[in-house]
Amino acid sequence: MIRILLPAHLRTLAHVSGEMALDVKGPVTQRSVLDTLEACYPVLRGTLRDYSTGQRRPFVRFFACEQDLSHDPPDAPLPDPVATGAEPFLIVGAIAGG
Amino acid sequence: MSGVRVLVGTRKGAFVLTSDGKREQWDVGGPYFGGWEVYHLKGSPFDPNRLYASQSSGWFGQLIQRSDDGGKTWEPVGNKFAYTGAAGTHQWYDGTPHPWEFKRVWHLEPSLTDPDTVYAGAEDAALFRSSDGGQTWQELPGLRGHGSGPHWQPGAGGMCLHTILLDGSNAARIFVAISAAGAFRSDDGGTTWRPVNRGLKSDFMPDPTAEVGHCVHRIAMHRARPDVLFMQKHWDVMRSNDAGESWYEVSGNLPTDFGFAIDVHAHEPETIYVVPIKSDSEHYPPEGKLRVYRSRTGGNEWEALTDGLPQSNCYVNVLRDAMAVDSLDSCGVYFGTTGGQVYASANGGDTWAPIVHDLPAVLSVEVQTLS
Repeated sequence: MIRILLPAHLRTLAHVSGEMALDVKGPVTQRSVLDTLEACYPVLRGTLRDYSTGQRRPFVRFFACEQDLSHDPPDAPLPDPVATGAEPFLIVGAIAGG
Repeated sequence: MSGVRVLVGTRKGAFVLTSDGKREQWDVGGPYFGGWEVYHLKGSPFDPNRLYASQSSGWFGQLIQRSDDGGKTWEPVGNKFAYTGAAGTHQWYDGTPHPWEFKRVWHLEPSLTDPDTVYAGAEDAALFRSSDGGQTWQELPGLRGHGSGPHWQPGAGGMCLHTILLDGSNAARIFVAISAAGAFRSDDGGTTWRPVNRGLKSDFMPDPTAEVGHCVHRIAMHRARPDVLFMQKHWDVMRSNDAGESWYEVSGNLPTDFGFAIDVHAHEPETIYVVPIKSDSEHYPPEGKLRVYRSRTGGNEWEALTDGLPQSNCYVNVLRDAMAVDSLDSCGVYFGTTGGQVYASANGGDTWAPIVHDLPAVLSVEVQTLS
């Protein structure tokens, strides 16, 4: 199971609390994790990735294992600790503004 | 027992204010969607319990929320707003071509006759329609595609379609307004469009009377007289008696004719309201006095309405969608400020009192009259 932590506003939107655990089929990548997440919680569609481009929204960031993965290719494998469930995949709203 | 429900969109959520027909005691509901910008929310004229809300965030994009119980509970509906075909380009601030990019929904206008049909005015400017209660959205591409779209430019607040007026006497007629492109009209239910800006004059434009490019801030209509339109332009308050075919200025004795909001009395089609703002670089009332101006003559002759409004040290703004009227026998007038106050008058503007003082900056105010 892949562990995912959403930012607070999206947890409220998806009616979840704390970490989520999702069964991701196939290679564990940003794209497969987000596809699975959106399939399980359709209300999140468009909130993390722009509908028209499919790109990560500029103020949405991805972290895991103390690394910023935001600029990694979406089909690159996520770190093993994420794939094994040892570490969560953190979806973070960037700190922006004053 | 009659009553009113005031729907308030703010920078940090939505609020629903309710009162009986006296409009003296108010219940405040919310915040709904706390922490999100709610540019607009509005109820169906056909089914007052059906509400739509535009919820957006610079982080997480656009959501549309729907309520079927008058705002007590909400559910997210469709949020996919895709431009039809190749999105094309409009002009950027520097005049260069810039791709059309969806950013948010500024205004939601439910159909007058079908609660499942609702229009959405978007930034970058486009008109969308849903016929399934907001689950799916389709662009009405004839607006962007009528020819002048590549020449539209954003105003300071973005290139937004902020005004949608439906003609209750002619289901095929729709008016929209875009900053900074101008006013447009469709006579075939939104399939084809043409600019209706003759008579507007904008000195900041290379050609001040060009067909498009005007920074229209808001248009208002009285349902009983849909060919008469009132416009708050960037500068100038304007009037049309022929469904936008021609406009003439009715700023008259206003202390300044810059502003955003404009509305029409529910029972007196020649009584209109504006809130003059000092200038395009100083977005607050002149002299620090918050004054609604009322004309009972359809423009030109204006009186200041001040009773109950702050008359010193007031430096708030009243945004374009932040004024509305109810249709009780004594017409109620409402507006919200960027300082978080929502003011109400139960007597057509003669006297005012705040419903709430300390909301987040108010982006929009709509009113439902409940029987």
